[in-house]
Amino acid sequence: MARAVTRNRKIVNTALAWGIGLLIFFPILWTILTSFKTEAQAISDPPVFLAFDWTLENYGIVLERSNYMRFLWNSVIIAGGSTVLGIIVAVPAAWSMAFVPSRRTKDILLWMLSTKMLPAVGVLYPIYLIFIRLGILDSRTGLVIVLMLMNLPIIVWMLYTYFREIPGEILEAARMDGASLKNEIVHVLMPMAVPGIASTLLLNFILAWNEAFWTLNLTAANAAPLTAFIASYSSPEGLFFAKLSAASTMAIAPILILGWFSQKQLVSGLTFGAVK
Amino acid sequence: MATRQSRSAARLMMAPAVILLLGWMLVPLIMTLLFSFKKYLPLRGGDLGWVGFDNYIRFVSSSAFWPSIYATLVVVGGVLIITVGFGILLAILLNQPMWGQGIVRILVIAPFFVMPTVSALVWKNMFMDPVNGLLAHLWKFFGATPIEWLSQASLQSIVMIVSWQWLPFATLILLTAIQSLDSEQLEAAEMDGAPPLKRFGYITLPHLGRAITVVVLIQTIFLLSVFAEIFVTTGGAFGTRTLTYLIYQRVLESQNVGLGSAGGVYAIILANIVAIFLMRAVGKNLDA
Amino acid sequence: MGHIRLNQVSKSFGDVQVIPPLDLTIEDGEFTVFVGPSGCGKSTLLRLIAGLEDITSGHIDIDGADATNVPPAKRGLAMVFQSYALYPHMSVRKNIAFPMKMAGLPEAEQTRRIDNAASALNLTDYLDRRPGQLSGGQRQRVAIGRAIVREPAAFLFDEPLSNLDAALRVGMRLEISELHKRLKTTMVYVTHDQVEAMTMADRIVVLRAGMIEQVGSPLELYHTPRNAFVAGFIGSPKMNLIEGPEAQKHGAAIIGIRPEHTDVSKTEGLWKGVVGVAEHLGSDTFIHVHDTGLADTFTVRITGDIQVRHGDTIHLSPQMDKLHRFDARGLRID
Repeated sequence: MARAVTRNRKIVNTALAWGIGLLIFFPILWTILTSFKTEAQAISDPPVFLAFDWTLENYGIVLERSNYMRFLWNSVIIAGGSTVLGIIVAVPAAWSMAFVPSRRTKDILLWMLSTKMLPAVGVLYPIYLIFIRLGILDSRTGLVIVLMLMNLPIIVWMLYTYFREIPGEILEAARMDGASLKNEIVHVLMPMAVPGIASTLLLNFILAWNEAFWTLNLTAANAAPLTAFIASYSSPEGLFFAKLSAASTMAIAPILILGWFSQKQLVSGLTFGAVK
Repeated sequence: MATRQSRSAARLMMAPAVILLLGWMLVPLIMTLLFSFKKYLPLRGGDLGWVGFDNYIRFVSSSAFWPSIYATLVVVGGVLIITVGFGILLAILLNQPMWGQGIVRILVIAPFFVMPTVSALVWKNMFMDPVNGLLAHLWKFFGATPIEWLSQASLQSIVMIVSWQWLPFATLILLTAIQSLDSEQLEAAEMDGAPPLKRFGYITLPHLGRAITVVVLIQTIFLLSVFAEIFVTTGGAFGTRTLTYLIYQRVLESQNVGLGSAGGVYAIILANIVAIFLMRAVGKNLDA
Repeated sequence: MGHIRLNQVSKSFGDVQVIPPLDLTIEDGEFTVFVGPSGCGKSTLLRLIAGLEDITSGHIDIDGADATNVPPAKRGLAMVFQSYALYPHMSVRKNIAFPMKMAGLPEAEQTRRIDNAASALNLTDYLDRRPGQLSGGQRQRVAIGRAIVREPAAFLFDEPLSNLDAALRVGMRLEISELHKRLKTTMVYVTHDQVEAMTMADRIVVLRAGMIEQVGSPLELYHTPRNAFVAGFIGSPKMNLIEGPEAQKHGAAIIGIRPEHTDVSKTEGLWKGVVGVAEHLGSDTFIHVHDTGLADTFTVRITGDIQVRHGDTIHLSPQMDKLHRFDARGLRID
């Protein structure tokens, strides 16, 4: 790191990195731009990049056509509920694994991860039947439960990785200071693990927000989140590029904005705590 | 390193997570196993009794079976190769000194935040549409005939879309790992006269071993169950019917739960074979 | 109060017995130091007393009550850790208040005790800082402050000075000694440094491989080590231990003579050797002598300075009344 780099090399690096970065980002940028075009401009040949008449009418039409706020609210409840619930279940388990490890700890952790490998489609119908029996098909409660269970192994794994970095002596000090197990976790462990918990929270919120198998197959009118909202724009409406773009922008905007404001936690979370 | 009291507390606190996951795994699994031995057509008579291994034989002997295995392997393997390969190159590039590194990093990881249904729709219509898609314009600009991506190069297109979504993840993990590499090691190798390519091969690449394992493990978990991208783009047509999608069609589109469940059991077996290999690799690396 | 009694206490990790059954009584108000080479089980023993580890067999009584199955939080002991183990997300004030908050002490009492501890430990100006903004010595004081305010039956110290640099270590050593003189509370202190043990302890417990080799006051250990291990471990520089014919002359398997109990002459003496390295400390000189036919290196300590050079031949004479004799099992012969 201490090495001086020639100015020319830095310029080349910058140009190359920005070029590739913009290329990767381009589909998102193009979608956002198109959402402000008229349908005619959206498919004009050759394509227009910036020189078009900016309009908000697509957003108006999309909002009129479907109850966006309802889908949005469902997404927030489902993603938020499943993540928070998952963390509540996972914190005690991760504490156990990180601070009272036994010979089986690693096996249990790997087993938990392996449940994620069960193909969802293999158990779709049983879950469907159970949901009908419990009366939670097409309900937010049902999806909160399913997505919580689906992400639980990842939440446990991430928290375990973050907790392991906290020196055990500090928890022992709390114990010597007269803290009960609950106080040890609430007053010492959790505040020290705030960055890790925040990263876990964010990443799993995003995973749940974007989850598109269970949310598409277990919901209809009532509990459908934004994944279903956007799936309704597959053909033939998809041919209306501007409206498709507006709907897409509305579906991904909350996460992009959230991501923008919490980059540091996200970058740490996106590595699943697995790599330092 | 703990007392009996903390050990029993640990067991108690682990219980909710373990019990929930055990239930989540076992209950549907057992139901799937039961259904797979039955003729079960919800819309055409419901439970029509036990049929032994009929469903298993029918599922495998269907002409769609082997192509679906092939499609699954192409999607998983293709995306893994592309994301790990380009991920390493990008990570090395992003690790170089430059202006605006933070912003470039955000640009690169942005696709990860786009929900699969959105990215599939955007790619399908706005980029891969043979008439109005941006790629068609690009081809015409160079005087070539636009490709009908999702029918002529359907599987490749799916691999491309999914790779775009997962490249950020691979890049970020590999970048984090590269940043943790002690630069003195590289300088020592340079002093020892190793040229850049050898330095990469003997020092950087081995150092990335664990990170690559993690990328492969986590991505495989998600890639085996790729669904929305196919659902939205081709609907399983043009050879893009993966095992996951084939089972989905058997259960929901043809409403043959018995047959679909047998497929589900196959998928679970396949996933477990993959899992065993991966878990071995990760288990070894977990403490490293 | 602070009377701790270990009765046939043992500890095994799996099949490995790290501490065979042992008995030990720590009197109220005493400053007891556990000392021994690394891996001798001294920290484990302390953690058994703290309750951070279960004992495999035996009993621990604290102030006459059986504490064997009492969780650490309820034993009324305070511990100072090697890494200080401060809570990084709390200010110094909150760190010190934490045990009192857990005990549910009234706010006013908490403030009073914090102020007392802070002024005693020179922390008053730092109460609102985070541990990360403090130096090593200050962190150590916060850890001690956190222990003091609980008014525990006994303090447990687990190598508290080993993360400090040499100069600070001497200062903190004095502070802890003075604290003990003032509070008169039982203290149990673990260290691998025999200098700390000698300077601070009322009583030293020398451990090796989980076994108590000797218990006694610093001077008892110095003057009458019970065996060759204690003889070699206590004292600096180390006692010279000599085996073979020279020992047999004195009716022992091993004889020991401390560096400071050997006279040096350039002309005559009992033994003869060649000077290897002479370390001049000003007040003292340590001479490491080779080719004596007694041991690889024979160390001598003389008060003041002496002009010897590498390769000089010198003569050594032990002070016969200060000679220690040990039998074939290493036990002292009186």
